[in-house]
Amino acid sequence: MTRGPLVSPRRRDFLKTAGALIVGFSMGGEARAQFGIAPIPGSPANGQLDSWLAIAADGSITAYSGKEELGQGIATAQQQLVAEELSVPFNRVTLIYCDTALTPDQSYTAGSQSHPANFNHSNLAQAAATAREALFKMASERLGVPQDRLAGSGGVIAVKGDGAKQVTYAQLVGGRKLNLTLDPQARRKPVNEWTVLGKPVGRPDMPAMATGRFEYVHNVRLPGMLHGRVVRPPAVGATLIGVDESSVKGMPGLVKVVTRKNFVGVVAEKPWQAMQAAARLKVDWTPGVGLPKQSEFHESLRRQPSRDILLVDSGDTASTLAGAATVLKATYLHPFQMHGSMGSSCAVANVEADRATVYSSTQGVWYQKTTCAMILGLKPEDVRAIYRRGSGCYGLNGADTVTYDAAILSQAVGKPVRVQLSRKDEMAWENYGNAWTIEERAGLDAAGNILAWEHEAWTPGLGNRPGQNTPGNVVTGMLIGYPPAPFSPGAAQPPRAYSNNSNGVPSYVAGRVAGVNSGTGTVKSEKVLVHNVVSPFWTGPLRSPARLPNTFAHESFMDELAAHVKVDPVEFRLRHLHDERVIGVLTAAAKAAKWETRPSPKSGNRRTGVVTGRGVACVAYEGDNGYTGIVVDVEVNQETGKVSVKRMWVAIDAGPISNPDGLRNQAEGGALQGMSRALGEEVTWDDQRVTSVDWRTYHSLPLGFDLPAIECVLVNRPGEEATGAGETSITVIAAAIGNAIFDATGVRLRQIPLTPE
Amino acid sequence: MSAITLKVNGQTHALDLDPATPLLYALSDDLELRGPKFGCGLGQCGACTAIVNGTAIRSCVTPVSTVAGKDIITLEGLGTPAKPHPLQRAFIDEQAAQCGFCLNAVILTAKAFLDKNPKATETEIQQALSGVLCRCFTHTRMHAAIQRYAKASAPAAEAVR
Repeated sequence: MTRGPLVSPRRRDFLKTAGALIVGFSMGGEARAQFGIAPIPGSPANGQLDSWLAIAADGSITAYSGKEELGQGIATAQQQLVAEELSVPFNRVTLIYCDTALTPDQSYTAGSQSHPANFNHSNLAQAAATAREALFKMASERLGVPQDRLAGSGGVIAVKGDGAKQVTYAQLVGGRKLNLTLDPQARRKPVNEWTVLGKPVGRPDMPAMATGRFEYVHNVRLPGMLHGRVVRPPAVGATLIGVDESSVKGMPGLVKVVTRKNFVGVVAEKPWQAMQAAARLKVDWTPGVGLPKQSEFHESLRRQPSRDILLVDSGDTASTLAGAATVLKATYLHPFQMHGSMGSSCAVANVEADRATVYSSTQGVWYQKTTCAMILGLKPEDVRAIYRRGSGCYGLNGADTVTYDAAILSQAVGKPVRVQLSRKDEMAWENYGNAWTIEERAGLDAAGNILAWEHEAWTPGLGNRPGQNTPGNVVTGMLIGYPPAPFSPGAAQPPRAYSNNSNGVPSYVAGRVAGVNSGTGTVKSEKVLVHNVVSPFWTGPLRSPARLPNTFAHESFMDELAAHVKVDPVEFRLRHLHDERVIGVLTAAAKAAKWETRPSPKSGNRRTGVVTGRGVACVAYEGDNGYTGIVVDVEVNQETGKVSVKRMWVAIDAGPISNPDGLRNQAEGGALQGMSRALGEEVTWDDQRVTSVDWRTYHSLPLGFDLPAIECVLVNRPGEEATGAGETSITVIAAAIGNAIFDATGVRLRQIPLTPE
Repeated sequence: MSAITLKVNGQTHALDLDPATPLLYALSDDLELRGPKFGCGLGQCGACTAIVNGTAIRSCVTPVSTVAGKDIITLEGLGTPAKPHPLQRAFIDEQAAQCGFCLNAVILTAKAFLDKNPKATETEIQQALSGVLCRCFTHTRMHAAIQRYAKASAPAAEAVR
């Protein structure tokens, strides 16, 4: 079960030798629609069927996707999808993904966009549906019977009631290209006819992973490959004064010391030799630029120049709050957190005089193609970026930056170079999930209904994913002289179109923009204002970026409001919701947990010793891209402050379920990862540098911690569009735990990590 | 550099290495094994775990000179994709992974512990894994897989417990 050869066969060669039906579409705007970036030239056209599917002479099917397997299970689901639409067994489909020479450009694998992009009515799903209709048309002509008398199964199309009259896909295709465009009218197989999709098919990569045969990017080995190691600055903002190459002269295996502006690295024959040379290399740096005091950081964000964005503004919140019977205010704080991949990031680059190939675990191979070309002084068409899985990354770990490291070092020595970052270099220089300072203000009427809700947030950012042309958005790009995306302060403009992509808008308000209510709630007086400021550290999307911190604030505050009016927290939420899918997951989680209707905090708990409590939270991820409700039971030791989550009930709705076991795995993992982030994870720093640089100083819950029992409720919605799934449970868990701590103790914690003080 | 003999998964390899080289690099680079992985290089996460003379060790901080001639088992040494070890089979059956990068750490740590402590309780097994990380947080499934294996392979006398 190992992956295919390192260098995939060229598509053209593959077709020539295998004989193939090629199915293609014309929807080149998909990448643009999702991430605002036009397709990068050079990859198979998104609109052409043959970009997505090939049926070989032996009847095997190869599918090409621009959405990669990061560990989230999407490859298995995509393989199921193609098998389903073409009525062949799961194992007859091979999936190739994210190779700029072979697969259509679907922009990033990110933002919970893979399920909606490839499982609805465009891209891979529509390619497979188009192919099936084409095959049936050909079979109808070949067999001389109308299509409605044909049935397909196992790669064979036969006349109903006369199994002798049949033709195989291989016979129909016979190595010809069909040159079809994607047919947006091609009919998807209805959910009630599914036999492969929707089933808990096991991941085909699992046996190789469990037996140590799976090829991660860390295992890529090219002939003549050398090993690189980078030397990062000792402090934030430090710049290079000089490198004393004599300090490593004669070290075994050393090939070259490489400097480029503020970038320093070494190349050696073996990894251990490279590590030793990098450690011994004498490098002089300027002092750092200094860092703001961590204890005052959240407050300091309010005083910085900001670029402001209004998500909603009914224009009347000030007056409504002034007339409310009660006004509640609270401030919530979320720290910088790390992707903190288990394996430090790694890449292999082979840079030749006029072309380059990079093996990268980036979530955006097309932008590695364009930005590596910039860095290397090559044309984008001469750079090929091939995805190889890395250690789970959850957004933007060091994968992009280490790909640049490998490319720079490979170019400098003219040979393939593999670079793996040290633990410290991974953790000190990755693009952290943004910190947040969030104020919530709400007014209640005398009956305890919410009249108005204001949300005001401050968040620091610097850099991001590199995108098409901004390598300076990650550390290596900056070190060689590329600036990060520029920051310009500016006042907020009135919102023109509703978007709750960031979950800045609470679930309980109307979300009225341009005369239309697009939110999931009922509160009409609403204002959401976000202040973007400059960060001292690189930042980037960490699983559920913005959405998790915003939801922590909203869902904690909703609980505070419910407690203030002494109403059950589920009941209080339902009073202010109208969206049936949010209501659906909220009530499903509550039902599974046998939720007892009563206000928080729990009555009768003593203020000493160990007490228990329960908490709830829910969200419409990105406003409409996946839904989760969660209930947790916690135990709090009021002497030690230790919080133990004992049970979780997670209800999740991602539209039609493509693979229930994969969905459950994501819901479970997201909830536990979110629990680790809520209880212990925080980037720390001193006046010069980041100090959380290993697993002693950055606290991830290990396998040995006291695990909660997790029950998942999968809410299947066959009649809806497929939505995101992997970032939903992580979005709600912090608030649910905070709410449960309040229920148990009467103490409200408003700062992540939720630690006793 | 000096000649070092390593016995890995039953095969003997003569290597020419700096004796201070951590075992991990001999395994993952000289022998090109994919099981042991660099996670932190500090012995903190478990990604580099190998079993040496029956004990799970952190190969990223173990000089190769200290394990010369000893019995070294890596994840590859337990079973193959076609014929996985029962513990590996349990992980496959439970679909107990996401990115899978930590599987080497989890499976080998559990294997070495259960070999020595076949009657271990669920809590003891959990404690044995207290120094192992999984950043995808597939913890629930991993513990289920280990339990499935532990119950199936426990000594017969334990069946009545």
